[in-house]
Order: sequence, then C-alpha cells, then structure tokens
Amino acid sequence: MFRNQYDTDVTTWSPAGRLFQVEYAMEAVKQGSAAIGLRSKTHVVLGCVNKANSELSSHQKKIFKVDDHIGVAIAGLTADGRVLSRYMRNECINYSFTYESPLPVGRLVVQLADKAQVCTQRSWKRPYGVGLLVAGLDESGAHLYYNCPSGNYFEYQAFAIGSRSQAAKTYLERRFESFRDASRDDLVKDALMAIRETLQGETLKSLVCTVAVVGVGEPFHILDQGTVQQMIDAFEIVAEQEGPAAEPDTEAGQEASAEPEPEQGAAAGEGVAPMDI
Amino acid sequence: MYPYVTGTSVVALKYKDGILMAADMGGSYGSTLRYKSVERMKPIGKHSLLGASGEISDFQEILRYLDELILYDNMWDDGNSLGPKEVHNYLTRVMYNRRNKFNPLWNSLVLGGVKNGQKYLGTVSMIGVNFEDNHVATGFGNHLARPILRQEWHENLSFENGVRLLEKCMRVLLYRDRSAVNKLQIAKITEDGVTISQPYSLKTYWEFSAFENPAQGAIGSW
Repeated sequence: MFRNQYDTDVTTWSPAGRLFQVEYAMEAVKQGSAAIGLRSKTHVVLGCVNKANSELSSHQKKIFKVDDHIGVAIAGLTADGRVLSRYMRNECINYSFTYESPLPVGRLVVQLADKAQVCTQRSWKRPYGVGLLVAGLDESGAHLYYNCPSGNYFEYQAFAIGSRSQAAKTYLERRFESFRDASRDDLVKDALMAIRETLQGETLKSLVCTVAVVGVGEPFHILDQGTVQQMIDAFEIVAEQEGPAAEPDTEAGQEASAEPEPEQGAAAGEGVAPMDI
Repeated sequence: MYPYVTGTSVVALKYKDGILMAADMGGSYGSTLRYKSVERMKPIGKHSLLGASGEISDFQEILRYLDELILYDNMWDDGNSLGPKEVHNYLTRVMYNRRNKFNPLWNSLVLGGVKNGQKYLGTVSMIGVNFEDNHVATGFGNHLARPILRQEWHENLSFENGVRLLEKCMRVLLYRDRSAVNKLQIAKITEDGVTISQPYSLKTYWEFSAFENPAQGAIGSW
C-alpha cells in the first residue's frame, strides 16, 4: 500500500498530514479486548472482557486501581498499560504526600496525555499502544476520560474501546441520557449489558468479565466474581442474543471487528485521520 | 544559622464564618524594635491566609514559593484549586525538608482558610511540626494567648466576639512580650475571600497601681 512510504518512524509526516505510526498505535487499541466505562453524577463504572491466551492460562489484568478515587481500564498492549498505570499511581501518591489531598482526575489525565504526546515526537520512541479509560472522582463530581496513544484525551458520559466495542457503543448511545441520574446498581447493570453486547452471542457470566466501581463514599474497587454473577442473575441478562450466532470464538471475531467500523478505519485517500475526531 | 529581622507572635482562631488572624507589624532587629510597618499576614490564592513569625526574609522567600505554586495551580485552568489544607501540607513538606538539610526557614507559620464551606486552621514550625486546631498561635502567643483562648473560645463565635477575643490576646502580648509593637492588623478569611484590616493600635492602661514605683518593696537584686 502506498502509505508504507511514510510510516517508518513516528517523526515522519505523510503528505496528507498524518502520522501513520500514531495511527497504527491506535489500531493496536482496537485489537485489544473490549473495555467500557460509563458514569452518572456520583459514580463511574468500568468493565472489561477477560481475554485469556488459552484455556489453560489466566486472563490478563485490564483494570487497575490507581488511587482510592481513580481507576483505569485498558485496551491494547497490556504491557504498555501496566507501565502507564504505574506512572499514574506514582503521580497520585506523590500528590497525596505533598498536599494530603487526592489528585484531581482532570490533572492526571492531562499529565498522561502529555506523556503520550512526547512519544509521538521523538524519533527514538514509539507511541504507547494502549487506550485508557480513566474513571475518577474529584471536587467537581464523577468523570470518565479516554486517553489515546496520540496524546489526545476526551471526557465521556460513556465509552467503549477495543474489539467489538462498536456494539457496546451502540448500546451506550441508546441509553446514555439515563446515566447521569442513574443509581449505582443501574449503572453496573448497564455496564454488564454493554459488555454482553461485545460478547456477541457468548453467554455473559462473571468468569468472562471484570467490573469495577468508584463513587461518592465508595473508593475504587473491583467487584468480586460472586457479586458480579449475582447481578447478572438478578438482571436476567444471561440469555443469549438473537441473530447470527456465527461468531464462535474471540479470534474469529477479530476480523469481523474490522468492517463494522468504517468511520474509524483509515479509508485510503479519503477521510479524517482518527486522531482528528 | 540565626535570624536577623524577626516578627513576633501570630494568633488565629476559627469563628462562625471562617478564620480570624492577628499579628502586629513589628520587625525586630535583635532587641531593637527596628521596623514598624511589616505586614506579616498575606493572602494565598483564593482560599488561604498565611501569617508568619520569625525571620522576615524567610517569610518573603516562602511567599515567592507559594506565588509559584499558586501560579502553576491557576495555569491548569481547570476549575480545581489548591485549598488551605493543600497549602498547609505543602508548607509542611518545605519546612521539614529544609530542617533535614540543616538549613531551616526560620519561621513559625499559621495557615488559615475556608474552602467549600470547610474552615481550616493549621500551623507549621521551622522544624516541620504541624497540626490543625480551632485556635493556634506562634512564639509567645503559645504561652500567653492560647490559655486565654482555651478558656474563652467556643464554636460559632460572632465576628465581633472573635475580634474582641483576639484583641484581648494581643493586648496581653503587648504588655508582656518585649518584641511586640502597638500597631497591628487583624485579618479575616471567609468563603468570600480575604480582608486584612488597616493597621491600628490597641488602647493600653499603664496606671495600674502595681506598676507605680515598681522598685518599691523589691527584695533586692537577684
């Protein structure tokens, strides 16, 4: 493909004004297993699909507690995600030590974004291949941010990243207006429903997903499997989705994820570079 | 290491709407009462008020540190701001770290403020000892003013009563502290902001009979 000419390093612009290495990094995010986040005025819920390399192995940890009031869910290169989580934890703990006060999420997110930007402007570095959904509480309420490998960040009412996230996003778009004033439990239920959308046919059970909550009076914590299973049963959302049950496996699902997202995939010659959205 | 130009006590208390703080305007040069218009209380950011006793030049240095801190805080421009608790803890870190390097900032600081309706009053010493309380004082104020405040302070003091109480403390300090001068300011900080009064003097009474002929009846020298 002709775009290979300008994609050797991150410090080379293409004639169309794009940095292909950064865009490739965003692709890595899309290949990771799904992570979703949604928030109300007082709570933020993060959820993710547990992906394991094989039946024999354990699944990767994708949700990290950063501080009592901040947590993060990642999609993409989990190793990069771990490193960034460690950075975030460090920033929070240093701020707490100096000011005896929790670091405002908005500031942490900007620091994270600036760190990611550096990697888009150094020839000896590469962009982080991980997208982060940062959930946190500060004086001005509950917040959900999405940090891109490009160094951009956005605040969201609800968002989904990773493979088959479009299905979750569609669900969230339908329901997001009710999130602001939703109760904590309703928010968790919506998160589970959104996760179910990304599973596309697979049964939703607590084994395949992880859910975490942070809210006013509730420090960030990951819900234990028992509680999650109870909630799934209580909401009776175990029932399989109707429609094409054609996707048996997460691997086979990867290819299918490429085409339902035309507005994100860089259409050759046309189109807005993803990071400009 | 020793101080050159020093300020004496600062006294502060919490009242109904916020914090009241008082300090005189003297800058002593050893035992000489050399400077008589030193402002020892300054507003910090939107929510805090800092009073200092001890070396005046170190106080000015601290004000520069805080200036930079508040500047960077404002540059975030994100609706968050450092409150009195955060400033107090920052100062504690600064004072303690300097003490550990055997190069202290020779001050005792009083940091008061109100943020989101929460009143805060704390103090830090030159060795990094810090705590919060309903009323605090530095230097001689600890010995002369705090006992009065322990007896007479109560929750939800009105502004007038708070000022009256502070003036009572400052008067005692004026009578008994050699480095006190009779020109003081009282500052108030509430949710709405900081106001520092114009300098004024306290009325004093020197005609107590015990002060007449103080040497009469003295039982010889030491």
